[in-house]
Formats: sequence, structure tokens, C-alpha cells
Amino acid sequence: MQPESWIAEYVWLSGKNTYNDVRSKYKTITNISIEQATVDKLPEWNFDGSSTGQHRGDNTEIVIRPAAMYNHPFLQSAKVVLCECFYPDGTPEKNNTRIVAKKIFDAHTADEPMFGLEQEYFIYKGGAPFMWPENGFPAPQADYYCGNGSQVTGREIALEHYQACLRMELKISGMNAEVAPSQWEFQVGPCVGIEEGDHLVMARWCYQKIAEKYGLEINYEPKPIKGDWNGSGCHMNFSTKAMREKGGIKAINDAVKNLEKTFLDDVKFYGGDNNQRMTGAHETSKLSEFTSGIGTRHTSVRIGNDIAAAGQGYFEDRRPASNIDPYLATARLYSSSMGYPGPAVDCLEPQAWWAELEAEAKKNGQ
Amino acid sequence: HSQQESLKLQFLYFIVFYSTNLSIINMTVQPWIAEYVWVSGKNTFSDLRSKYKTVTNICISKVTVEDMPVWNFDGSSTGQHRGDNTEIVIHPVAMYTHPFLENAKVVLCECFYPDGTPEKNNTRKVAKEIFDSHAEDEPMFGLEQEYFIFKNGKPFMWPENGFPAPQADYYCGNGSQVCGRELVLEHYQSCLKMGLKISGVNAEVAPSQWEYQVGPCIGIENGDHMIMSRWVYAKIAEKYGLEINFEPKPIKGDWNGSGCHMNFSTKAMRAEGGLKAIEQACENLKHTFLDDIKFYGGDNNERMTGAHETSKLSEFTHGIGTRHTSVRIGNDIAKAGKGYFEDRRPASNIDPYLATARFFTSSMGYDGPSVDLLEPQQWWAAVEAEAKESK
Repeated sequence: MQPESWIAEYVWLSGKNTYNDVRSKYKTITNISIEQATVDKLPEWNFDGSSTGQHRGDNTEIVIRPAAMYNHPFLQSAKVVLCECFYPDGTPEKNNTRIVAKKIFDAHTADEPMFGLEQEYFIYKGGAPFMWPENGFPAPQADYYCGNGSQVTGREIALEHYQACLRMELKISGMNAEVAPSQWEFQVGPCVGIEEGDHLVMARWCYQKIAEKYGLEINYEPKPIKGDWNGSGCHMNFSTKAMREKGGIKAINDAVKNLEKTFLDDVKFYGGDNNQRMTGAHETSKLSEFTSGIGTRHTSVRIGNDIAAAGQGYFEDRRPASNIDPYLATARLYSSSMGYPGPAVDCLEPQAWWAELEAEAKKNGQ
Repeated sequence: HSQQESLKLQFLYFIVFYSTNLSIINMTVQPWIAEYVWVSGKNTFSDLRSKYKTVTNICISKVTVEDMPVWNFDGSSTGQHRGDNTEIVIHPVAMYTHPFLENAKVVLCECFYPDGTPEKNNTRKVAKEIFDSHAEDEPMFGLEQEYFIFKNGKPFMWPENGFPAPQADYYCGNGSQVCGRELVLEHYQSCLKMGLKISGVNAEVAPSQWEYQVGPCIGIENGDHMIMSRWVYAKIAEKYGLEINFEPKPIKGDWNGSGCHMNFSTKAMRAEGGLKAIEQACENLKHTFLDDIKFYGGDNNERMTGAHETSKLSEFTHGIGTRHTSVRIGNDIAKAGKGYFEDRRPASNIDPYLATARFFTSSMGYDGPSVDLLEPQQWWAAVEAEAKESK
């Protein structure tokens, strides 16, 4: 008996970035029932790399290999299939950062590296922040953060996203209105290893769908509006098994010591244009120095009061921007914290501000 | 043979029992959403903030407020932080059905600094300590929350230029002179869905002015239900791009201000012959009125003019069935010789925790919340001077 057909939407990162260059196409599955389907049963597929700028030369296929599968949040009788991209010769596509990260996580599984990422973003419409006045600016920041009332804009959209992600069984642990008007945040985690990158990418794909439906844009720029308006970050909460155990605060302190050594290269993984956001104001620290504190929000790293009191738990790296590649950023935070070899800076597109930063750090005697 | 049958039967029972319980044991909790709400310091009516948490470890059908974990938020984003250690810790104190989201709960919280001391504006804790130390009185409250519906800084649906017809036909009216009813009903029904004790609703004297009543609640519950009903209104206002105006005198001239009359009784007042206890309370209130009124809302001096069914703040008066006195004892109460009484002085913008605790302690002659908890107002001195003069 032929199983009932269902739809698989194959999703992949198409190279430009990991937040809005998330592409997909649909395949009808007829040989396995949806109840019996697992990600390893799904076939490899491919797409036209010359239409996404990912191809090399005349052999334009990019091969997509299923890596994870989720409930489809919008279609009945359907699944979403997250894929990695490869060239026809089997080598990873240039921007396949997932495979880079997975290799790092797989090399040290005993650590059980656990993440919680706080994705901030703005809702935009027609290239401007959603529902900001036509001419001029909204009232200054004070009453928007976690606010309730007509000063808050975009909640229905943020809630629709939250609930769609929960239907997908993504690990979205929470959501809140942020400091700037039309700025929001959702948190992804707690996830171990590669799962964090997968769930964050899928949450971003989910938001693309919702933005498409309403004719809006989700803005992941670290500093979209200049002036006394907050930028958008993606703070990373992190722990290993050792940190979560009794006396784990020692492992946390060791990690913080390690991060001080590699910070000038670490920050390169924390988002292009992040220099515009990390000014030392608006609850940010300066990229050119590495600082940490308990309960502090103006330092590179923050250890929560509750963690310090318990003597175990996790810590927060507040430097990453909203537009990070979550695969590279999580793998880098992990490897730098632990003193392991991490992803190479060569994986990244060089930014003009790196040189200035290194100069400033040298001046400060770092 | 019968032993075999008996074993078979036992085996069947075991399978049935085990498979039923297996489904409970193996049941993965369906994630649900908890919206944590807290009073964020500026006031208790429009500075009510919240954020969402996905709960994955207990079923929504089994959860109680004690199961909900302590959480925290960035106090530097709300102006509540002290120094560099910016976390404000939120402790769940009450939980309600979410009025707007499926598969969700609302969790009311109290704020604390990281060192465990209560946040400066955590007035709930102050009130609760008072109520807990006199629980046998069973202090019961019914508060009458008045307010205006505003849009873009002006009363909702008032004419662009000029004013609506003078007050006469709006109070409990029906007809096109009344504005805002759909919003009010949406609020009323959302609160009921939440399980809040909203005992009634009516159109008020001014156009676009309304009232809802919270109670009867004992002790801290009135403050909780008042706060949560204001949070519901903030959500509804957000949805429609409106503002709920809790100012005591938003429109100058021959237009009513907004109050929050407090109806109150103790177990003794509700018992046979309780009128005696009510009269004793009125006697007590005469002694402390100059400090009591400080708990009854900033800018309340603008509302309490002696006109528009108000009394003068600089004197304490009471009467049966009277609306121009500080306190009113209903005719029905006087007749029955027991019941409750009404303090008509409080304004719409009161902190319900402090106001109810203060009213209770002053009525009973107990130690009450200290005036130091309040932000000093310029008009206090003027009222004190006027009171001295009248004496």
C-alpha cells in the first residue's frame, strides 16, 4: 500500500549570511509515511547554485544533504529538513560552517557544551522600523523593555513567531520586548553542541516566512539606528558539564581566563559591523578590551548573581551581535573557553574595523 | 488451572495498570508559556512589565505558583538597578490563566535586589507583612477603579475642537453619547477569563470615563487583582493603540476626576452588631487622616475639590449615604447594623497594596506603612496648613 504523500521543505543556508539568506524548496515524499520518516531516510538533493551565487565554474549544482528534521509550523502533513551544502565533488561548500562547527563539537562530546542564545532584532517595514512615526522619532527609550501598553509595537508578530517555533519543537526558551521600540528578543536553548546553531537558523527561517506573510523585514543589523537607540546583540550563555556540576565556578573562571587570551580573534566571530554596536554605552562593553564581572552588564562577560551564589552554572558572553553565524560563534566561544583549537579566522570575511581594533587594544596595553 | 487463570488475570491487570501509568510516566510535557509580570517602579498602573518563558518540565494542568522558578531581568533597562550589579530578581507570588494566549499562564512577581533585599518599590511585600500579622481580622476590600480611555493624549472620541455635551447623560448611560463600551467589555471579560474578582462595571459621569470594581478580596488579594486587571488593560490598550488614563484630574473644568473608592470591612464589622466596629474605625481615621491621604494618590489634591462628589482633603468627615464626605456608610449598612464602609478619598492612581494596607491599619489603630515609602508631594504641606487653619 502506497503511503500517503507528504511535503518535505528542504532548507539550506545560501551563503550571504545566516539570517535572511535561508532558502528552501519543496519535495513531495511518496515512499515513506510521514510517521516513519527520519532525517537519515530522506534523500540527498541539489539546487541550482548559479541562481544563488554559490556555484563554482560550469558545474553549477550544489548538493544538499539532510542534517535535521522538524515539524512544519505552517503546513499540514509536512516536515522541514535542514541541509548542509556541498560541491558536486563532495567537498563542503565554502560557507558550510555547520560542518566546521560539528567537527569541533564532535571532537569533545564529553564536555557536553550547552548554549542559550539571546537573539535580538528589529521588526522593519519598507526599510524603516515598524510603526515608528513617519517623520521624527518615537519617545526615547525607557518604557519599551518588557513593556505593556500602546508604546509597544509588534507583539502580535513576535508572538506568532514564538508559537510557530514551539510547534516546530524548536527549543525557544523565552521571549521579551527589548529596549528600543519595535525591538524584540527570543532565546534559543538550552541546546547541546550543534543543536544550538540548528535551532537558531531554523528560528530565523521561521521568521522569514512570517515576514514574507506580512510584508515586513526582520532586521539583524547590530546597529541599525544611529543615536540614542539600542543596537541588537546575540548574547551567548554557555556551560560545560564541569561548569554545571558542584564547584563548577572554577571551570567558569578558567574559561574566563582563557577568553582573555584570545579575545582579539574571538571578536571577529561575533558579527560584521559589531564595532558600531559595541560602544561602551547601551549596556555594551568595548571590543578592544576583555572584562568580566558578576551581575554586570557593561562587561564582555557576565556571571549571574545566582550562578556566583550557587558556585556552579553557566556564564554569558555579551559581545556577540545579532547577525552572528551561530555555528561559528558557538564553536568559537566553546573552543576559546576551553583552550582548544577553534575555527580559523580564515572562515570569516575580513572587516575593515579589525585593524583599528587591534591598534586600540595595543594602545591600551592588551 | 484456576491458578493459571488467576495469574493471567493478574497479568492483565498489571498490563492495564502499567500501560496507563506508562503513558503518564513517559508523557513528555507539552511546552507551555508563562508570562512573568512585575511592577517596574514608576507606578502601579502603566509601568507593568513582563516577559515570556517556555515551561517544559511540568504540565500546565498540574502546575502551581510554588513550582514556578525565580527569574530575573535587566534592571538597568527599567531604571530599577543599583550600581553595576543590574539584575532584579523576580519571585513568583500568584498565578492566573492567561486571558489572551492559549496554553499559557500569567505569573505575578515581586522584585528583589540581587542581595535578596526587596526592591525599593516592592510595596506588595510591605502590605503582605501587615496583612499577615493581622490575618484574624479578615480584612475584606472592594475597590472602585475609575479611569478615562484616551487616544493620542486626548480623551477617546471627544470632539477634535471643543468639548462634548456637559455631564448629565453619560453615567450608566445607553446611547450614542456613550463611548468606549466595546473596549470596556473586552477588558471585563478578559479579567473574568483570568479568574480575577471583577465584581462589576459601569459607565461613569464623564464621557469616555468608566469604572470597574475589584473584590471582594481579603488582604493582599485585592492589590494583586487590581494590578493584574491594570495589566490586562495595558495589553488591550496596546492592541488598539489607546491609553488608559489613571490621572485623578485629567481634564480641568466641570469634568469629573477619577477616584478609586475603597470599600472595607473586617470580620467584626460583618458580624451582628458590626456597625459599632465601623464607627470605631471612623473614629480612628479621624486621628490619622493627614498622613492617610498621602497614600491616596499623587495629584489627588487636583481632584478633591469638594465638588464633583468629592470632599476636602484637609478635613475628615463621614456620614450615612453621603457622597461629599471623606467616608460614607451606606443606608443599607446603617439599617442592618453591620457590613462595610466606603473611603471616598483615594484617587484612581493609588498603589493598591499601600492604600489597602494603610486604610486597614489606620481603621484599626495598628502600625501601618510608613509615609517614607511615598514620593513626597508639594501639596501635602498646603493641606496640612489648611487643616491647621480649620482647627
